[in-house]
Parts: sequence; structure tokens; C-alpha cells
Amino acid sequence: MSRNTEVFVIGGGPAGLSAAIVAAELGAQTLLVDDSAKLGGQLIKQTHRFFGSSNRDAGIRGISIADKLCEDVKNLKDRLCVLENTAAVGFYSNNEAGILSQNAYERVSYQRAIVCTGATENSLAFENNDLPGVYGAGGVQTLMNVHGIRPGQKILMIGSGNIGLIVSYQLIQAGVDVVGLVEGLPTIGGYLVHASKIRRLGVPIYTSHTILSALGETQVEGATLCQVDDRFRPIPNTEFDVECDCICLAVGLTPLIDLFQQAKCRMVHIGELGGLVPLHDSSMKTTNPEIFVAGDASGIEEATTAILGGRIAGARAYESLYGSNDKVEQIVAEAKEELKTLRSGSTGERIRWGRERVLQEVGAC
Amino acid sequence: MLINDGIITLEELKKALPPEERYGKGPVAIIECLQDIPCDPCVSACPVKAIKMKEGITDRPILDFDKCTGCGLCIPKCPGLAIFVVQKNIAPGKASISMSHELLPIPLKDQMVTLLDRAGKTVGEGKVLRVINPPAYDKTAVVTVEVPEEKVMDVRAIRVNAGGQP
Ligand SMILES: Cc1cc2nc3c(=O)[nH]c(=O)nc-3n(C[C@H](O)[C@H](O)[C@H](O)COP(=O)(O)OP(=O)(O)OC[C@H]3O[C@@H](n4cnc5c(N)ncnc54)[C@H](O)[C@@H]3O)c2cc1C
Ligand code: SF4
Ligand code: SF4
Repeated sequence: MSRNTEVFVIGGGPAGLSAAIVAAELGAQTLLVDDSAKLGGQLIKQTHRFFGSSNRDAGIRGISIADKLCEDVKNLKDRLCVLENTAAVGFYSNNEAGILSQNAYERVSYQRAIVCTGATENSLAFENNDLPGVYGAGGVQTLMNVHGIRPGQKILMIGSGNIGLIVSYQLIQAGVDVVGLVEGLPTIGGYLVHASKIRRLGVPIYTSHTILSALGETQVEGATLCQVDDRFRPIPNTEFDVECDCICLAVGLTPLIDLFQQAKCRMVHIGELGGLVPLHDSSMKTTNPEIFVAGDASGIEEATTAILGGRIAGARAYESLYGSNDKVEQIVAEAKEELKTLRSGSTGERIRWGRERVLQEVGAC
Repeated sequence: MLINDGIITLEELKKALPPEERYGKGPVAIIECLQDIPCDPCVSACPVKAIKMKEGITDRPILDFDKCTGCGLCIPKCPGLAIFVVQKNIAPGKASISMSHELLPIPLKDQMVTLLDRAGKTVGEGKVLRVINPPAYDKTAVVTVEVPEEKVMDVRAIRVNAGGQP
């Protein structure tokens, strides 16, 4: 079977939902596919109140933001078709892509595609890291917040970025004992308000430490930690053991980019954005003029910025088919203004730097 | 140090504290949010516009202690759970502190709870004076506990040991 659409959006997280909503609102026939059972991407696991700008949902729980976006999607059902449990598996030439649902493979011909596939979790090398009981933070969140299952009784968290800090807090809320949080750098990576929140509930934060090995024969029974010097080298004779039945890795995300490579988009490696990302201009258009990108796939950032990037991509994809109008320009101008404010200040420095590099590289090619 | 272990020292907190004489005029908020992060729900939560950010959303919040009425409406809106309202001298030697509480069980009024400091260490026991948990707060309860006055700058969380609302 095959389907036809004007705009084809891959990934139903905040970026893809926003891109699809804007493209359909403006008038384009739009198809949105997501490979999970429920739309929302990372948001459906986020039971905490979001930081960010209050004119873009901050202070609201992530899951409620997903509900709001899904409501908008429903209201657009005339022009916006949604397929859940459906993965985009490849791009072909002639503006065709393959999608795979639970029992069927189909081809989609599209005029513009917006790829919002999000990110995958990084792992970490240490002895015994293949023991049952070693999880990624995303897996822990899915078990706990989507399926209501505790991953263990006593958990050790690795990584002090916002994900490590927030998932630790959610674990405590689920009644799990968080025995400690380990960070290789001398300082906490995520927002300090999130760190103080778990510290005051008694979670020790081991900065300048690393995990040497997981302990146990058939499952995690503990971990050996040690101090590290300023070049992350273990300091001898500082080893100590902690007891736990679960080790959770929150050591960063990498953009999920296979589809861009298939679509022959030029890629660039930018550490500040999480690794390889498709080159794109300020319209979120990649070097393949039919393919746009938004969200974590364009560089690891946040839900608020994913929503705004998605809105720009949706509007520009529409524009490239039908030409511009006041509404397109207004959506883009508003989103750009909000992005600028969100990325200002000292915590936005790395992202600003990474984003500027992408734009420079695009200009150079 | 906050940046190394998540614990704000009293030295670091100084820039967020009201002048001592402000406590004589009733409850006042203390915003323990010292880093420039892109976050601002506290600003729009305050009905008297006492919270400001100099350069916009990525600045840290600055409280106008004279404007603040200590109403506590900003407390549940803060995703960092970083806002507390302190009232000194509610009885001889007693103070109260209000804070967000997002763990079950939610305590009941008049229940005794364990008082924890910024490192999670037990500093004593305190009586719950008030629990506010309306639907508008979306599952973040605001709990006010009575604490010995000399401990009011230390207590920043509670542990509910038994009972409470399920
Ligand atoms: C613990 C945690 C806390 C966070 N807290 C905050 C916060 O407080 N504030 C904030 O602003 N942000 C926060 N974030 C970040 C935010 O959730 C992400 O930045 C945001 O979800 C990225 O959106 P996205 O749409 O790019 O990707 P995602 O949300 O990851 O969505 C991508 C979607 O695409 C689907 N997909 C992938 N590949 C395919 C394919 N080939 N075919 C079909 N579908 C596919 C995936 O299944 C997924 O549903 C947090 C993240 C985590 C993990
Ligand atoms: S306690 Fe009330 S008056 Fe004071 S800052 Fe918070 S919301 Fe404003
Ligand atoms: S809402 Fe809380 S975390 Fe956000 S800026 Fe205000 S005080 Fe800081």
C-alpha cells in the first residue's frame, strides 16, 4: 500500500507534534508517525513540573504539556493524520519513505519531511556494566512513570545533569531509596535547584567520583566507586563500595540521526549539541531542501525549545510548498524571539555556541 | 558549596535573605534559587509582582521584601521547589516555615513530622500547622510546620513517618 501526503512528520514528541500542528493549521495535508504506543515522546514520562518560560508551559508537568498538544492534534483531524506504533524505517529517492507498523509495511510519498526523532541514551564503560540491574535513565522512567513498575529498591544514579537529578527525584517519589548520585566533574551539571531538592531528602552527591564496577554475580548487588582527579583518572586507594540493586545511567543523550544520513543530509559533529547533527539553517531546513529537522534530533536541548523549533520547521515547510503569508511570518518571528530569550544567559552559553557553529557551517557550504 | 554538593551554605544564601527587621513585619518568602537558569514561573505566580528578573527569564529571581506579603502562592508554582515562606516569632521561641511537599503520604494538620535540613539530616520534630493541597496546585501540597526559631534557617524538608493522607 502507499500513502500520499504534503508534509510528513516523523516522531511525535514535542517537536514533531508542534511541527505537525503548525503545518496542518496553516493548511497542509500532514501525516505524523510515531513508533511508540502513545504520542508525546519524552513528555509522557515527565511527571515533574517543567522549568522554562511560563508563556510556554513552564511550571506545568511534562505529561500535561503532552496532553495539551495531543488535544490540538485531535482538533485538526481533517488535515492531520496520525499513525501510532508506526516507525519510519527509510528514505528512498523520489520523495518516498517506508513506514512499518505492527503488521504492515507501506510507502509514503511526501513533498516535505520534518524529522523529529529525538535522541538515544549514552552508555558508560565500567566493569560488569552488562549485569541485569544496569539501566538507562529513560528505561527507568518508562518503567516507573508509564508502567508503574519500580526498577529496584535501592538505586545508584550516575550523572548529575538535569536528567540524573530529575529522575532521582522521581525515584524517591516512587518510594525507591536513591543511595547516591555520582558525577565525574567537580561540579554538578544540572540546575542546582534540582540538586538541592534531592540533597535535602538525604541523597549524597559524589562529585569528582566515578563508578569502577558493578558488583554481583547474576544481578547488581552493589557498586565500587572512587574519586577521580581533574583529568578523570581514578585516584588510588579512594575506592569504596555502596549497596544497591540497580544502577541508573544518566550520562547524556545523542541525537538520533540515521534517517538524515539516508536522506543524504550533510552532517556535522558538534559536541555542545550532543554529537552528529544534520546541518540546518535558521528555517530548520537541512542540506536536502525537502527535509527539515526539529527538537533533540537537531541538537540536545529541552522541550520548550523543541516545541519552538518544531513550530518554525512546520511553518517553513508549509511556506516552501505554498509561499509565505502573514501567519507564517508571525509564527516564525514569535518562535525566534522566544528561542533567543531562552538561550540567553550563562546556562545557555554552550547551546548558543553550538547553534552558532551549525549556522556558520551551513553558510560555508 | 552548592555547586559541589547541592547544599546552599548560609554564606551563599545571604544574598537571598531579607533584612532582619523584615521578619518583624510578618511572613516573607525566601527564594533559594541562586543560579541563572531559564525559568520564570515564580514571576507570574506572585499576585503583587514582588518577584523580578533583571535581564529576563535567564536571570535569577530577585524578591522585593517590602512588597512580599508572604502569601505563599509562589511556592507550589516553582519547579525547583526552591521557595519557602518563613514567619518568625509565631509564639515565644517558635517560627514557621512553609514549603512544597510532593511525596506521599501528605501529612495531616497537627501531625508531628521529622524536620530535615538542606543535607537531609534530621534536626528535630515539628508540628504541622497547615496543609494546602487544592486541585489548582496540581498535586504539589504546601505544608507549613512549626520549628524552633533558631532552626528556621536550617529546616528545608520534612519526613512524614506514619499516618497522613494516602
Ligand atoms: C528526565 C528528563 C527531564 C526533562 N525535563 C525537562 C524540563 O523540565 N523542561 C524541558 O523543557 N525539557 C525537559 N526535558 C527534555 C525534553 O523532554 C526533550 O528535550 C524533548 O522531549 C525533546 O523533544 P523531541 O520531540 O525532539 O524528542 P522526543 O520527545 O524524544 O520524541 C521523539 C519521538 O520520536 C519517536 N521516533 C524516533 N524515531 C522514530 C522513527 N524512526 N519513526 C517513528 N517515530 C520515531 C520516538 O519514539 C519519540 O516518541 C527532560 C528530559 C528528560 C529525559
Ligand atoms: S509569598 Fe506571595 S507575595 Fe511573596 S513573593 Fe510569593 S507570591 Fe509574592
Ligand atoms: S520558578 Fe523556582 S526554579 Fe524557576 S526561577 Fe523561579 S525560583 Fe527559580
